[in-house]
Amino acid sequence: MSGNVETGLGPRTRRLLAGWAWVVFAFLYVPIAVLVVFSFNASSRVNIWGGFSFQWYGEALNNEVITSAIRVSLIVAAVSTAVSVVLGTAVALALDRYRFKGRRALDGTIYLPIVIPDITMAVMLLVFFAEAFKFIDSFGPRFTLGISTIALSHIAFNISFVCVVVRARLDQFDRTLEEAARDLYATGWQTFRRVTLPLIMPGIAAGGLLALTLSLDDVVISAFVAGPGSTTLPVYVFSSIRRGVTPELNAISTLMLAASIALVLGSLALQRRRASASQQTQVL
Amino acid sequence: MQPANRTSESTPASGEKAAAQAQRRQGMLLASPGALYLLIFFVAPLALISVYSFATRTSTGRTSLSGWNVESYRAIGDDVIVGIIGRSAWLATLTTALCLAVGYPFAYYLATRPRHVRAILLVLVMIPFWTNGLVRVFAIRFLLGSNGPASALSENLGFGTFRILFTPTAVTIGMVYSFLTFMVLPLYVSLERMDWSLTEAARDLYASGSKAFWKVTLPLTKSGIVAGSVLVFVPSFGSYVVPDILGGAKTLLIGSYIARQFRDARNYPLGAALSVLLIVAMLVAVALNQRSGSGAEGGDRPRRRRRGRARAEPEPAAVS
Repeated sequence: MSGNVETGLGPRTRRLLAGWAWVVFAFLYVPIAVLVVFSFNASSRVNIWGGFSFQWYGEALNNEVITSAIRVSLIVAAVSTAVSVVLGTAVALALDRYRFKGRRALDGTIYLPIVIPDITMAVMLLVFFAEAFKFIDSFGPRFTLGISTIALSHIAFNISFVCVVVRARLDQFDRTLEEAARDLYATGWQTFRRVTLPLIMPGIAAGGLLALTLSLDDVVISAFVAGPGSTTLPVYVFSSIRRGVTPELNAISTLMLAASIALVLGSLALQRRRASASQQTQVL
Repeated sequence: MQPANRTSESTPASGEKAAAQAQRRQGMLLASPGALYLLIFFVAPLALISVYSFATRTSTGRTSLSGWNVESYRAIGDDVIVGIIGRSAWLATLTTALCLAVGYPFAYYLATRPRHVRAILLVLVMIPFWTNGLVRVFAIRFLLGSNGPASALSENLGFGTFRILFTPTAVTIGMVYSFLTFMVLPLYVSLERMDWSLTEAARDLYASGSKAFWKVTLPLTKSGIVAGSVLVFVPSFGSYVVPDILGGAKTLLIGSYIARQFRDARNYPLGAALSVLLIVAMLVAVALNQRSGSGAEGGDRPRRRRRGRARAEPEPAAVS
């Protein structure tokens, strides 16, 4: 039994478990696989295989609405990730190592955007922007829903996710390393820059990746705070599905799928490189 | 902040006080940008929606922020809305139960593989977990459509077309498909930490395989079961995308009903009251989970002690 865990189950039960596991894997992967296969279908009828073709990808990428939605999605994801990584990491550091007024209130509030359902967050922000615009408009400038409201909303939930991930990393932090740096006459800033930051970097990277993924995935909140002419790709897909299934949608979905799988595999590769690098330093 | 700290170091006590003050100021400085952002773009909207839930809807569908009343909360008692909430709770419970039934044996299998196999299988579970949720729901929609591949297959096999889309069954399948990994991952974590020598001990004491499972393994993985159930129940109960894409008129759930109040129906106060209700329900669910989670941790301590004893016992035997 090479490294197998002894669970005390009979051989028949063990076979059943193994069979079940592959059924579940099939359940997880078959729908996605079917979608990908049919995105290369030359026939415009979704249930008939008419040969292999890239036709629908071409049509999707030539569609002005789709390319503009992709652009909006990427801009929103980049901006919301950048801002929430900075703000979320700062909040995580403050909560982890400082006592200050309002700390408890902040500690409680930071988890709320993670817990409450998307739809409530969406309607909250919709009402908020409507009221805020009414107020601002009375001073002159006119604002409307659009790419900036989507980005502002994404930052609002991403700060929390980044903060939670970075805090988990800070929990395992060895504070004696910072003390050693201070003993060696490093200034506060030098200690942070040379010791603290590199050590919590994997947490920040993981938090950033989560923020990026959540921003690219979000459909409910974006659907409510997007304005006319500026929707994200998921919002476009969502409203198109309601109108019916088209091979073009299969092609876009496959592209979105490829993007998220690339992100996962990229992060896993990054983690492995980090893990092996830290092993090497331990050997040294 | 550092210089201020040093100049006031005349007596140790005042120096300490100044250091604590500097620390407080530094913490506040660090937290304030993020805190301010949350205050504006999260706390203020949350407060606003609570205020809206007490407002009046005018005959034109506008919201009048005067004449505060609890009409919207009273309207929740309406048969239609009670029915929608009941249906949402039922579908979320069903989804949670199915995820547990499907996910537990699956997680059990994953957690008992050799280490290197486990790592690969875990990646295979993580990929759907990180994959765009909307695309996954769309995949189910595409697969189950009346002229989709599954229907075509069943027609070719002579079973005729099947009409499953836009039924509660389709919504349940979609929810299980969307949230199954939320159940599997906490279960996997608790099963992976499991001390299998305990089931072995039960077997040595002539417990049958199933008895060892029900009396030892299952109670010891309770924290994973509770955490997974909350992680599945919470998003299923407030789900909007899944029932919107896979459901029909018979599967109107609370998430879609709230959305409708802010879109076509233009009854903001009612939608706001339902949102407040949903948020409170979620907070209660999470608080209950945390309480039972800390209870499980409390239960961990005697378990660890017992485990220590179990390990200590064979040693004299080995010596003799």
